Amino acid sequence: MLRMNHISKEFPGVKALNDVSLTVENGDIMALVGENGAGKSTLMKILSGAYEMDEGELWIDDEKIENPTPAKMIEKGVAVIYQELMLLPHLSVAENIYNGRYPKNKYGKIDYKKMNADAKAVLDKLHLPVDPEEKVVNLSVARRQMVEIGKALSKDAKIIVLDEPTAVLADSELEGLFNLVRALSKEGISFVYISHRLKEVFELCNKVTILKDGCFVESGPVEDYDTDKLVARMVGRVMTDIYPEREHVIGETVLKVENLNREGVLHDISFELHRGEILGFAGLAGAGRTETLRAIIGADPYEKGEITYFGKKVKFGTIKEAVDAGIGMVPEERKLQGLHLKHNMIFNMTLPKLSKYSDKFGTISPKQEKKVADEYVDLLQIRPFNSEIITTNMSGGNQQKVVLAKWLASDCKVLFVDEPTRGVDVGAKREIYEILNSLLKEGLSILMVSSELPELIGTCDRICVMNSGRITGVLERGEFTEEKIMSYATMEV
Amino acid sequence: MDTQKNEILKKMKSMGVFWALVVLFLVGCIASPQFLKAGNMINVARQISINGIIALAMTFVCLIGGVDLSVGSQVAVYAIIMATMMKNNISPFLAIPAAFATAMLIGFLNGLGVSKGKLAPFIMTLGSMTALRGLAKYISNGSPQSWRNTDINIKFIGQGYVGFIPFPVIIFIILFLAAFYTLKYTSFGRSVYSVGDNKEAARLNGINVPRTQLICFILTAFGSFVSALVLTSKLSSADPTAGDGYELTALSMCYIGGISTMGGVGSITGTLIGACLLTVLSNIMNLVGINSYMQNIVQGLIVIIAVLLGGLGGLKRKKKA
Repeated sequence: MLRMNHISKEFPGVKALNDVSLTVENGDIMALVGENGAGKSTLMKILSGAYEMDEGELWIDDEKIENPTPAKMIEKGVAVIYQELMLLPHLSVAENIYNGRYPKNKYGKIDYKKMNADAKAVLDKLHLPVDPEEKVVNLSVARRQMVEIGKALSKDAKIIVLDEPTAVLADSELEGLFNLVRALSKEGISFVYISHRLKEVFELCNKVTILKDGCFVESGPVEDYDTDKLVARMVGRVMTDIYPEREHVIGETVLKVENLNREGVLHDISFELHRGEILGFAGLAGAGRTETLRAIIGADPYEKGEITYFGKKVKFGTIKEAVDAGIGMVPEERKLQGLHLKHNMIFNMTLPKLSKYSDKFGTISPKQEKKVADEYVDLLQIRPFNSEIITTNMSGGNQQKVVLAKWLASDCKVLFVDEPTRGVDVGAKREIYEILNSLLKEGLSILMVSSELPELIGTCDRICVMNSGRITGVLERGEFTEEKIMSYATMEV
Repeated sequence: MDTQKNEILKKMKSMGVFWALVVLFLVGCIASPQFLKAGNMINVARQISINGIIALAMTFVCLIGGVDLSVGSQVAVYAIIMATMMKNNISPFLAIPAAFATAMLIGFLNGLGVSKGKLAPFIMTLGSMTALRGLAKYISNGSPQSWRNTDINIKFIGQGYVGFIPFPVIIFIILFLAAFYTLKYTSFGRSVYSVGDNKEAARLNGINVPRTQLICFILTAFGSFVSALVLTSKLSSADPTAGDGYELTALSMCYIGGISTMGGVGSITGTLIGACLLTVLSNIMNLVGINSYMQNIVQGLIVIIAVLLGGLGGLKRKKKA
């Protein structure tokens, strides 16, 4: 039995958790729900020992755990299985399960025979028909996830945290995972299950704990809830608040894509983007949303299709051509693709259009750069108020503002934003939406890819829903509902 | 506040090498009465310029997260080409451009292997290092090439003076200023930092990553060419083993000067200080008569210590953040 009592955790500038409690009995399958930024991951990182808590107590069975560290928590039987699996793809299943604690013979040589036999026993227990000597890279994502669970069990895990396990699974693969979780819970193993798909919460879990903005909302048996009640508790009043009002004034077509095709990835993608509009792209992971953006800006090739940009037929061969034509890209992975983390805000903001700060000989004026960067720091309320701060030291929300400021400063006409508020706290989210609104007012057009349905519903004028590389439906503002979007997103094609 | 403190810490760290140079200078003054004499100082400046020219170019390659191991072999190839041609009474006005054209071609090929061939710079230039050394020996049949024709006089490049300043030092200063300007005030300079920091982000900002990589390798070839020219004109001959170990000296200068091995961070001023530090150190050791084997030991340790201190500074910053 796990008890986390009155846990608080503060990051510089953000109260990530404020007096949150969580109790999981043996054999429970506890759903932990809340919006992005509600504090679920932070709470689980405290449980796994990755983060230190500022206040609160952590009890497992009847033992109070002092100063939890990752090693200590594993020893106490806590296992966290992340969405990005931690397996080493080029090692075998058995080697992964026993990674770091290989059985050895008396000369110190790894005892492969014993390891494979032990792994086989673990896999059999899970009714998993996998050869322990198979390399992990050859397994499906679903199988890999089960191997992770097997690894946890081999370490005598009593409490297993599943962080969004189904985001990467196809519907047909869900049942196997659910059956496994149910069977293990009957043996007394507890699960904490984090998912954005509420349907699964009702299908799998017996209890639910709701968090919002780092605070504990309530906890109870799943039978006491239906979807509406759960959403209402999760979202609270913030739902109406977080998306700022704006006028929806739609102008002429600026970007027209017709029958875009890329072998095995995109099939007959056609849509139009208008001036002053946010066009959303919804769909599950791997539906082809990001790939569509990348094909348009010349990051990936495409075989067939026509793109008309401000009335002219174009085919961008490189991203540079797209950027020069006025298309900006706010990528999905801010840190990996969006920012130069070793450099300051000024460097980042001026990079796409340095000619703006240069004289006719191409000499850049650092003074001019700083002036413009300072303007945007002020305009977008980027904190800290110092454009010479190295961006790696900034919070996620403020980093994202730097990425947006970069394209603002570069006079772009069309902005592609991919998961614009991922990993951003609720307050900064609203500010980012406000920035997007002010861009629209200036006559820009925005293409937004997002996995958060409330975000798409709250901000878009129209939503294209994709599945398996096809657009399966287009919804107009007014007919947006999560159910409709999800039904298109999971439609058979 | 914390980030500001980090900034200050970082400034102090980059200044650290500078203070080390100042201390070393004082040590030199105390250790040898010869050290501060004009003749010795001019000698030090000339020494700095020969290796420093390559280090300046190497800085660009290091900043994009690369390395060019072939510069030493390149020096030998260009030197041998010039010397062999002039030995056969070909005018320097043909021999020097021929070596220059070869340099552009070799730089282009190195750059092509890295940018289009997607080879790790280490591997690409490891290969060309070996191949080019072979080429230098093949052309010269393994023996030094010198010319006796007194009509051919290019000594000024390597031995001349402008006032009391050796001409190679003038070349070095001009190249330093050009590199400083390029890195700080041109969009190409920004591309170099950007590619070294984050290739994918650079691409999404519309930066031509392969072109940036290509140009950097052409720059190291150019640096090697200038170095070869200075060397050849100074000696009126060229040896196929010339330039041996230059790549390591140049890299040492860059790394001591605070250029990150991962790229993206560092400045050309750092490289200048690194170059001064290494050269002054070896000068002092020569003056006080330290055994040359011992000198190698000290030089090697200095590289490790300098980067270690830099790394510790980084570690502290990380902990604080």
